[in-house]
Amino acid sequence: MSVRHAMLALLSEGPKYGLQLREEFEARTGEIWPLNVGQVYTTLQRLERDGLAESDGSGEAGPQKGFRITAEGEQELARWLRTPPDLSSPPRDELVMKVLVALHVPDTDVHAVIQAHRRYLVELMQQWTRIKEDDTGSDLSMLLAVDAELFRLDSVVRWLDAAEARVKRAAADGAMTRADQADRADPASPQNPTRAPLRRHWREARLRG
Amino acid sequence: MSMLELREVSKSYGQGSAEVHALHEVSLTAGEGAMVAVMGPSGSGKSTLLTIAGTLEDPTSGEVLIAGQPVSSLSRNAKARLRRRVIGYVFQDFNLLPGLTAAENVSLPLELDGLSARKARVAGLRALDRLGLGERAGHYPDQLSGGERQRVAIARAMVGERRLLLADEPSGALDSVNAQAVMRLLHEACKDAGMTAVVVTHDAQLASWADRVVFLRDGRITDQTAPAPGPESLLTPER
Repeated sequence: MSVRHAMLALLSEGPKYGLQLREEFEARTGEIWPLNVGQVYTTLQRLERDGLAESDGSGEAGPQKGFRITAEGEQELARWLRTPPDLSSPPRDELVMKVLVALHVPDTDVHAVIQAHRRYLVELMQQWTRIKEDDTGSDLSMLLAVDAELFRLDSVVRWLDAAEARVKRAAADGAMTRADQADRADPASPQNPTRAPLRRHWREARLRG
Repeated sequence: MSMLELREVSKSYGQGSAEVHALHEVSLTAGEGAMVAVMGPSGSGKSTLLTIAGTLEDPTSGEVLIAGQPVSSLSRNAKARLRRRVIGYVFQDFNLLPGLTAAENVSLPLELDGLSARKARVAGLRALDRLGLGERAGHYPDQLSGGERQRVAIARAMVGERRLLLADEPSGALDSVNAQAVMRLLHEACKDAGMTAVVVTHDAQLASWADRVVFLRDGRITDQTAPAPGPESLLTPER
């Protein structure tokens, strides 16, 4: 979440004080992304330094100091809104790693590992859905943020479902045993080019870990 | 008292080498006002569980109790009466009768149970009103959207004194907005009207409307969610 651009978006509506910006940021993001007060003032100082916002006067940024967006700030905001975030490289996903590792740990029930994660995700989804229960449709930002989280968690549950079906099928036709043997013989060997992305995923995760 | 209780229910089809075990000693309880979702992959036994809970099929072994009463102790007629008066069913494909209006579809079960046509109609209209379909009472199913048809089906499942709602993939034929709306209605039927609902779904977002989610795999309940803490835990600011 770019706090810098969220601040510009709030200032695009008109001049605001520091304290007001923090309160409005939390209200707009459905209070899902709490914001440290120090973060607000540091961000405002940087916006001013970069010519994207200007303040009432000199001195430290504080609750009572007013800020307004500049023409350059408006251009930067428009550019940011239309620029897709970089999703090209796979994120570091601890859950994916755990399931992949479970395939190789002796005497591990992969289905039980998958189910433990599935249950946790569904429990989280139940909590998010409780927020929607009392929805009167008035807090659109909150509902969109809750939906985003529900769809994200749902996609992980779907991956677990697909993974479980794939593991079950592989176990039924013995493919998993063969794959395990090949991996143990030479984990880095490119004997099967279709597995290259998986090897890259492991390598990158090891580097990051 | 539990509205629905399954005690070590097993169900097998076929014999010998062709025998298929659809359910293995499944135990499940759902109290009054509770909404329970049953999740599992295709072929895990979800629909069989619902069919047996709804007394539409007998288990091979084990016992089903509805409102504390063992179903096996009931005569054929008493079982049919239970299905007409206590249990409401909601299916994926709505199962509305195309030649009847929304109001007639909803009041039909009451008329079949011996209620006068006038009283059945009043109860039917009330059920439709409760689901925001009062204006559509005179429409035929083919004049309604998918979401409206399913709401009519839910009204039919709730009409009269029914207390147990059994829904098999009730949102399966709907887009995500209408699917959420259907789950909200089922949730409200439990919280506001005190009904008990058991909803079969493979969709985690829909299941998350339930108080409890049980996971079925290869005919066995393998796991269930713990009672969820309130949503406040997700919104605690870090200051």
